[in-house]
Amino acid sequence: MQLTNRKKVVVKKEMSLAEKLYLPAITNGMVITLKHFFKKSATVKYPEVKRELSGTYRGQHVLKRDEQGAERCTACGLCAVACPAEAITMEAGERKKGEENLYREEKYAVIYEINMLRCIFCGLCEEACPKEAIFLTDRIVPTDLKRDEFIYGKDKLVEDIKQPVDVTKRQTQNVLDFKKDKTKGHNQTWADKQKLLSDKKHH
Amino acid sequence: MLVFVIYKIILVLVVFAISLGVAAYSTYAERKVAAFMQDRVGPDRAGPFGLLQPLADGLKMFMKEEIIPTVSNKFLFILGPSLAMLTALMAGVIIPWGGNITMGNTSFPLQITDINIGILYVFGVVSFGVYGIMIGGWASNNKYSLLGALRASSQMISYEIAMGLAIVALVMTTGTLSLGEIVAQQSGTWFNFVYQPLGCLIFIICAFAETNRAPFDLPECETELVGGYHTEYSSMKLGFYLFAEYINMFISSAIIVSLYFGGYNLPFQNLITQYIDGNVLSILQFLCFFTKVLMGIFFFMWVRWTIPRFRYDQLMNLGWKILIPLAIFNILATGVMMYALGKV
Repeated sequence: MQLTNRKKVVVKKEMSLAEKLYLPAITNGMVITLKHFFKKSATVKYPEVKRELSGTYRGQHVLKRDEQGAERCTACGLCAVACPAEAITMEAGERKKGEENLYREEKYAVIYEINMLRCIFCGLCEEACPKEAIFLTDRIVPTDLKRDEFIYGKDKLVEDIKQPVDVTKRQTQNVLDFKKDKTKGHNQTWADKQKLLSDKKHH
Repeated sequence: MLVFVIYKIILVLVVFAISLGVAAYSTYAERKVAAFMQDRVGPDRAGPFGLLQPLADGLKMFMKEEIIPTVSNKFLFILGPSLAMLTALMAGVIIPWGGNITMGNTSFPLQITDINIGILYVFGVVSFGVYGIMIGGWASNNKYSLLGALRASSQMISYEIAMGLAIVALVMTTGTLSLGEIVAQQSGTWFNFVYQPLGCLIFIICAFAETNRAPFDLPECETELVGGYHTEYSSMKLGFYLFAEYINMFISSAIIVSLYFGGYNLPFQNLITQYIDGNVLSILQFLCFFTKVLMGIFFFMWVRWTIPRFRYDQLMNLGWKILIPLAIFNILATGVMMYALGKV
């Protein structure tokens, strides 16, 4: 099967005089490099000019807040379980009275850390999250000089109340429907499974 | 007499400064040319368009730790780069940079010294350059350095023969060994490459080999020899070797221009000489010479980023089996032509 029309059959033959001189070939090569000399460069000057990233680029994580500005994360630990690189650790705590505007549910993450050096940016944490709390964004994790600077805590992960991070490109309606679809195994709780089984028995 | 001494000192200092400045900016130009030919931007962080890059590089070289291997011969280890730098700068002495500048009623030629065996002097200095590399490679006491130095010396010695033979034909047509006179002869007439196309080609190829530039950069190829003869060098001693290469490139392109491309002579110069003042003409000539030399340097870089490196046996084949016979043929053909045209 031929994929491109650039195929060239290599034949071993005596070189002609022009080929033996090499000078025509060298001139051809130099014309090619000279053409490239005046071409627009293929690279960009990175910090000043940034290439547009895909809308679903998987970069630095964000911990979302809900519409009232309360943290959505309930420290269930599903993201940490799903993480193939074991980059996520967390410590759960109980919400006290008067903190209802800070945390959405009774349980919340006191400590939530992602080691950006371990993270492989696969997005499985986002897929596992039942509370729509963690998302990957199109922000690139900046470089640093020390290893412990790469362990991002809640200070860097939770979104700023005044500047919410837009994740609509990752959280489309399709994704939401898929996550709520109880007929799919990945969304079924133990109770759902029992219910489905008993329904089957009745039929 | 005092005026003469001061004028010579100023000229020497200016030529020295120009050689170093051009060599420094050649490193920048090389990286830019490489970048443009590979569709990249190149160094652009230090200063506007990265123009301060050579300064940053030089500063870096000076700040690096100086390492002299304990197993090396310390005296020779330091002598190596010094010799390389010395010989690179010495050849600039006989290059005619322009016509005469007249002040009052004395005229000052823009050439440090016009010795009547100029070409032989160039050859002497160039062949001396191999010692810097050989001593450096030997004193390092490292097998890669030694291999690089051996390659460099054998390559330079082999190509010097073809280079010399190419020049013999030129000397036959010009009838002089003085560089100043060879350039003066080309004023207002065809440049020498028209009369000596083959000799010009051979000379340029050999100049590439003499300066250890691609495609003849086997002495310092990283892929085989780590870095060649300067593997063990660090700090400014390494800088001297790298710098000497760029000065060599500058000087050899100046010599190519002087011998074959009319030196400081402007193209169609005799059409304008009667209209402008002698001093203005001299300055124009200097600028013209400089432009030609810079084009030569660009040509060196252009070739480097186009042609891949030769294999060692191919290098020797080209030198001994092709260039030397061609150069001898060139001498014969020149002689026959001169006899046929009644020039002897």
